[in-house]
Amino acid sequence: MSEITFLIKKEILLEWKQKYAFNGLLLYVISTVFVCYLSFKQIVDLPTWNALFWIIQLFAGVNAIAKSFLQESRGRMLYYYTIADPRSFILSRIIYNFMLMMVISGFNLLFYSLFIGNPVQDMPMFILAMVLGSTGFSAVLSMVSAIAAKAGNNFTLMSILSFPILLPLLMVTIRFSKNALDGLAFSVSQSLVIMLLGFIAMIVAMAYMLFPYLWRE
Amino acid sequence: MKKENSSLPLGLQWWKWLSIALLFYTVIMGFLVEVPRLPILHETIRNLFFHVTMWFAMIILMMASLVYGIRYLSTNNIDFDRKASETALVGIFLGILGLITGSIWAKNTWGAWWVNDAKLNGAAATMLVYFAYMILRGSMDDEHRRARIAAVYSIFAFTLMLVFIMILPRLTDSLHPGNGGNPGFGKYDLDNHMRLVFYPAVIGWTLLSVWIAEIRIRIKRLKDEQES
Repeated sequence: MSEITFLIKKEILLEWKQKYAFNGLLLYVISTVFVCYLSFKQIVDLPTWNALFWIIQLFAGVNAIAKSFLQESRGRMLYYYTIADPRSFILSRIIYNFMLMMVISGFNLLFYSLFIGNPVQDMPMFILAMVLGSTGFSAVLSMVSAIAAKAGNNFTLMSILSFPILLPLLMVTIRFSKNALDGLAFSVSQSLVIMLLGFIAMIVAMAYMLFPYLWRE
Repeated sequence: MKKENSSLPLGLQWWKWLSIALLFYTVIMGFLVEVPRLPILHETIRNLFFHVTMWFAMIILMMASLVYGIRYLSTNNIDFDRKASETALVGIFLGILGLITGSIWAKNTWGAWWVNDAKLNGAAATMLVYFAYMILRGSMDDEHRRARIAAVYSIFAFTLMLVFIMILPRLTDSLHPGNGGNPGFGKYDLDNHMRLVFYPAVIGWTLLSVWIAEIRIRIKRLKDEQES
């Protein structure tokens, strides 16, 4: 447990030291939102608003988390290999990437509301959708990033491997956040939340069990 | 590698003859057997013998691929990786056949080649996952690394397939028979005549695809030996 918190701290410190990567990511989100704003001007249709928000999330997420393993040098991976347990390593990565995704979601929501408007009727529920979505994105993308990194550091590979795996998560999250947009009662979306939690638990469990095989070289 | 020159003609193993016989039976009886006359479906119900059975065979092959992948991870024997990749490839082939037969059926009953439906989209996404699996394999040269990483991804792929075609469509409304709260295909399958063709067809397609996979595995094994 302390190993995990230590690894997360290390991750945050590294990110803080190389602020350009993080700032670049924020700029990526802002630029994407701005491009969408200029293309759409205003979005009256709620499903479109919702879908566009999550598509921006998807691309920002893939960009953000791809570097989680793709940018690690071989030497540094070997170093981690000697000092840490693979299981706590992947868990710390998932937790760290979750925090990163949450920051990205926050910025995305802020600028998206500023430029395109914010029709969300039930904000706490929308934020819950963001939290669950970010957790799922982080779990899937951390694992896929580890796979893609082993297969030649290829960004295209990262996208084609992760998009189909993210699909069920994205579909359910979009439906859940649509309910939040419409301000429906929580009981309507209860089954969706359970599904999301189940999916996340499944992915995290698989990552926990399978990561040691990826890591061994 | 065992040589099978047994007493059976052409040196084929018994299950290969069984596969040929069952598939002849499927194709002939599939078009001749009495089927219940249902509105809208009419004769298209015969697609059950082809479309559904091919998908059954695909799921069985993908399951085999998964098991070989896991066995590779636990033994590091490269032969299991050959088996995993070839069974998955034949599974993809069956999946494509399933999509085509399903599409023809949809055109004749729903009036469109493709409809926006949970089950159909799930099937398409499953195919995407397995195409990605193949591309992942192609992107690596070192055979042990390829085997290990592909095995890890195939575990994801198989789980996702179950989510896509078994779980998600049952939770939403789906036009596809057997979903949206309906029980399995049994509703249309209650007729015992159809059952007499359906189960042999499943076995027949599965045996045929195992046969194809077996030949591909043997070719691959020879190629690998030649290279090394």
